[in-house]
Amino acid sequence: MSDSIGTEPAPLVLRRVTVRFGSFTANDAIDFSVGRGEIHALLGENGAGKTTLMRVVAGLLVPQDGTIQIDGRVVRLTSPLDAAAHGIGMVHQHFMLISTLSVAQNVCVGIAKAGRLFPNLSQVARDLDEIGARYGLHVDPHALVGSLSVASQQRVEIVKALYRGARILVLDEPTAVLAPQEVEGLFRVLRMLAAAGTAIVFISHKLGEVMALSHRVSVLRDGRLVTTKATADTNPAELARLMIGEDLVLPQVDGKHASGPVAIETRSVHLRDEFGVPRLSDVSLAARSGEIVGVAGVDGNGQQQLAEILAGLQTPSSGSVIMTSPDGPIDVSHSGPGERIALGLSHIPEDRHRTALVDMSIADNAALDSIDRPPLARWGFLSHRAIRAFAARLIAANDVRCTGLDQPVMTLSGGNQQKVVLGRALAHSPRVIVAVQPTRGLDLGATVFVHRQLLAQCAAGAAIVLVSTELDEVLALSDRIVVMFAGRIVGSMTRAEVTLQRLGAMMTGQTA
Amino acid sequence: MSTSEAANSAPSAAIAGSAEFVSSLLAVLLALGVGAILIIAWGASPLTAYAALLDGAFGSWNSLAETLLRAIPLTFTGLAITVAFRAGTFNLGAEGQLFLGATAATWIGLALPSLPAPLLIPAMIAAAAVVGALWSLLAGVLKLRFGANELITTIMLNYIAILFVSYLLRGPLQEAAGYLPQTERLAANARFPALIAGTRLNAGFLLALLAVVLAHIAFWHTSWGFKLRVIGLNARAALNAGYNVTAITLSAFLISGVLAGLAGYMEVVGVQRRMIENLSPGFGYTGIIVALLGQTNPFGVLAAAILFAGLQVGGSTMQTASGVPSTLTTIIQGLVVLFVIGRGAVDLVLAHRAKRQP
Repeated sequence: MSDSIGTEPAPLVLRRVTVRFGSFTANDAIDFSVGRGEIHALLGENGAGKTTLMRVVAGLLVPQDGTIQIDGRVVRLTSPLDAAAHGIGMVHQHFMLISTLSVAQNVCVGIAKAGRLFPNLSQVARDLDEIGARYGLHVDPHALVGSLSVASQQRVEIVKALYRGARILVLDEPTAVLAPQEVEGLFRVLRMLAAAGTAIVFISHKLGEVMALSHRVSVLRDGRLVTTKATADTNPAELARLMIGEDLVLPQVDGKHASGPVAIETRSVHLRDEFGVPRLSDVSLAARSGEIVGVAGVDGNGQQQLAEILAGLQTPSSGSVIMTSPDGPIDVSHSGPGERIALGLSHIPEDRHRTALVDMSIADNAALDSIDRPPLARWGFLSHRAIRAFAARLIAANDVRCTGLDQPVMTLSGGNQQKVVLGRALAHSPRVIVAVQPTRGLDLGATVFVHRQLLAQCAAGAAIVLVSTELDEVLALSDRIVVMFAGRIVGSMTRAEVTLQRLGAMMTGQTA
Repeated sequence: MSTSEAANSAPSAAIAGSAEFVSSLLAVLLALGVGAILIIAWGASPLTAYAALLDGAFGSWNSLAETLLRAIPLTFTGLAITVAFRAGTFNLGAEGQLFLGATAATWIGLALPSLPAPLLIPAMIAAAAVVGALWSLLAGVLKLRFGANELITTIMLNYIAILFVSYLLRGPLQEAAGYLPQTERLAANARFPALIAGTRLNAGFLLALLAVVLAHIAFWHTSWGFKLRVIGLNARAALNAGYNVTAITLSAFLISGVLAGLAGYMEVVGVQRRMIENLSPGFGYTGIIVALLGQTNPFGVLAAAILFAGLQVGGSTMQTASGVPSTLTTIIQGLVVLFVIGRGAVDLVLAHRAKRQP
């Protein structure tokens, strides 16, 4: 439970680990240790330095300063192979699995133990069954990874680490992809592993989970270690204060139901992906002017596809998308984003690097979807002066911290990049806003800013569809909440009707 | 030049531009350096050889005129490939577009010999442009409609185009004498006036300069060029911003084909005065290198075209003066490509190391 039992050295000890990216210090002289059989939670806001620290442990980053000790011996980890050789197993947020291979094949990729050229798969399968029986980690060794649920794939990752001899297990936000019931299952497994002597580092920013699971908790903030405490000696309120550093209040809506006219709706939308797999089934969703409709659900249950269909990046296989223009409803099912933008739609996409930003200057990115609007361009010719004026207003209004309009947008921090995307999306008083994970990766200050902007647009009469896997965010902003599971909308309720039990049940597919 | 204007309005582009200029210059110097080692290995003096090369390329009015003349088709094919690159696509079919454009222009010139020059020249230019554009558009449609990779289709279309032109030159369009695979000579009113008296350099070079300036304005001062660049960098973001990605990509294929077709026209009216089977010593392919070395920047393309033209024109002088085979210039061209591309690899390696080790 503590640093060491008797004189036995702790499996993993970090001393004054420092990681700098240019002038930015991501980890500032951090001391951290985890003992045999201990679950040590690493808590912090997005960007506090948790992931950086664990990349050091995983051998993906070499710190500029500080030491790493495994079982009391100083080691230098320069690659994931080094880390694995020292008994460190990582379960990343994004699984490192090959979906077209079986579980057993995935487990023995690249390791000599199973036989390098012709792995003995039946032996591997027996070993996996044995590990599964010991820790309650049952996975079918012959199943194709791609056919497994997210929770099962996570179990595969854990089994893979154990099979490779992990004595120190690091899990990076493992619950982010799980439904509430599945979280309990994961916790049971982790407790059994700890009881059997595995040292576990549990990275999270969810206080409840940390309180429920861990023996000790360390809080990071702005790259510094704020405290390390026994979990029994602290409480969620204290941890929250330590994590955030100040008492910020999330904006709250009053829960009054807006009843403007429907601004955008989908009618019985079905979508099959390029492989013919159904991604959306019979999705009907309407958003009215002046309301925020929250789309909740565990990541990967069709929210992304729904958002793309609303934004015009995908065409539904059947069903229709209707937008209301001043002249009445218009079927936009087969129109691209251009037509919808003309009708007042704005899209804040989930993946800003893939869908929103271009490797150009801040000014160019700010003007990206306004480039045809006078005065930015007239008769097809750009006015660089007007573009710069427009961008200057945008970065001032959205408090984008930058060295100037000509700074490449990709060199901005994530929060400031998102402010550019948000400012651009809200620049022309949109009538419909499709916001997907609008605060992912942002610190609390930036999150509050984004939330205030969305609420202001809503008050001004925009219809907002907010897709988020952060329940806190959905609950804080939405007038109405729909829950998606396996490509369907399994429930819809007003904010007043929401209970966590109901929400949790719906997120695992029960249409309660 | 409107670069100063661009520098005022878009300093970041200017800064990025100067970094690219340094990287291109470095590539050329490294290539010449390796070339010098080869010359030493050959047993000659690099200084003598390069001095002869420089003299042969730029040392007299006549050699300068020959170099600039050679730079005309390279500028056009370089621009053609630049437009496609900027839109995030590849046009390796400039060679075929060049042959078809040249043939179409020649056919018009021979079919309407009595037309006065102010009508005939535009008609020939239009024929070269339209035919080059259609041939390029074919690859564009194949890509956008069927997902056929334009790297493959444009190269394959080259063979079809060049062999088709061979057929025409041995059949319907062959000169009356009927010995060589070539057309009749174009009449005088189809040609360009000379630019430097007593040399072959003609007004086509002014058209090349005009194309460079127009391309610069199109890329940096029109919303079409802005969208084109956005599509080239991130087509999904462009779609999300409401751009008509299909139409703009097709327009890039079209304009690329127009420019490649014009390259063929220039070579016909400026050099050969008729369509011949071996019109181009690979201008369409060298244009790829020109575009790369020019960092897909129109003025850079012009500079790279003149440089490569100089290498090609000066090579024979070098051979006579120092005994170093003129094929060395081909090696130097290849090395330039390696170093330009290698420059990008250096960035990749540095970025990778920066990720691993802050």
